[in-house]
Amino acid sequence: MIREFSLGEVWFLVLALRWTILLTLVAFFGGAIGGLAVAVLRVAKSSALRGAATVYIKVLQGTPLLMQLYLVYFGASLLGLATNAWVAAALALTLYASAFLGEIWRGCIQAIPRVQWEGAQALALGHFLQLRLVILPQALRIAIPPTVGFLVQLLKGTSLASIIGFTELTRAAQMVNNATFRPFATYALVAVLYFVLCWPLSMSSRHLERRLDREGMAAPRVGTVAANT
Amino acid sequence: MSYVFQFSTVWRELDHLLLGAWLTLRLSALAMALGLAVGIAGAQVKASSSRILRGVVQGYVEAIRNTPFLVQLLLIYLGLPSLGLRLTPDQAALVAMVVNLGAYATEIVRAGIEAVPKGQIEAGRSLGLKPWHIFRFVVLMPALRTVFPALGSQFILVMLASSVVSVISAEELTAVADTIIARNFRSFEFYFVITGIYLAMSLGFQALFAAIDHALFARWADRA
Repeated sequence: MIREFSLGEVWFLVLALRWTILLTLVAFFGGAIGGLAVAVLRVAKSSALRGAATVYIKVLQGTPLLMQLYLVYFGASLLGLATNAWVAAALALTLYASAFLGEIWRGCIQAIPRVQWEGAQALALGHFLQLRLVILPQALRIAIPPTVGFLVQLLKGTSLASIIGFTELTRAAQMVNNATFRPFATYALVAVLYFVLCWPLSMSSRHLERRLDREGMAAPRVGTVAANT
Repeated sequence: MSYVFQFSTVWRELDHLLLGAWLTLRLSALAMALGLAVGIAGAQVKASSSRILRGVVQGYVEAIRNTPFLVQLLLIYLGLPSLGLRLTPDQAALVAMVVNLGAYATEIVRAGIEAVPKGQIEAGRSLGLKPWHIFRFVVLMPALRTVFPALGSQFILVMLASSVVSVISAEELTAVADTIIARNFRSFEFYFVITGIYLAMSLGFQALFAAIDHALFARWADRA
């Protein structure tokens, strides 16, 4: 029995957006905490800490997101933890986001002129306080456009969670397609739904970047974050 | 924990995995070459005077950049047959990768072309060069030189994204591993090892692109 592709199916897909958005937000906030730690380690005084953070970034940026999802998903079950697609997807995407955000934010921290560090040092602040009180507040401003840009990449990346069985938008599309056998209508609608979420973010990222450019505060161009999933 | 890792099963299948890696390299290299061609064509259209053509290319770029690769792939593989275009998994995978990379490459190459000073083109004209020669030697080559590092990163991202085409069983490294895992259920071991292979391939590409950059563009020392 083949179901019709009707308003009910459209509504089912629109509702599935909740899980895409929720997964994106969880991974983004988890990734922001991890990314801040990675960025701070990348500019640490100890070369061992810097090296560890560099390896972490290289490995996560140099391997497919799908493999990261698989390793967390199957790895968690080997450790005897419940194999839950939702937890595995959230954890893998958090690790992924922390590497990319860490690298983006390192670029922003290093874009702050050297004299700002020296000025803070002249005030007798230690390394950590120089970073927290003087450097990070300034880096935050130039970090916003590339961070919003990465949010688009992360949102698109959540579609891979469908492959390990987490029911978000792409997985919901599979279900609708199996029931209605209308693949073109289903996936075209899903593409439109992703576009509706991503496009405003992309536009605002570009807008913010141009505004910083006009003010003469060029955001660092992070080549590896050209965004693709 | 009662699980015993068995990496020896991976070694037994190593020749299959290396064949899979070769398929991934071949698929990615083809997608890079064709995607760059699409990107150059797209960038040229965006520099043209026709508003309609510019709008079409802009629509293509925005549509691709704001939707997931997996959805693009499924739309091409599952959706196009209902419009009368049936592709094999391998063809669909290549088309999806080229269409995806083409959009990003269009933006990257366009940025490079915009960075070429207008005076250079006028100088080319005053030397009596043909328009095609001006485009090739005065605009395109310097533009590619400027954006080569960004292109290289994008190429590597496409190679990594190619693991996703295993969902439609196109032939590449992840799909080869999936087939073996369906027989022996050693998911973690196999995915762990092929993750290492992917890492080696992306580091290899990085080194390769740095070498190409050096060999082709080193004589122009003044990169913008």
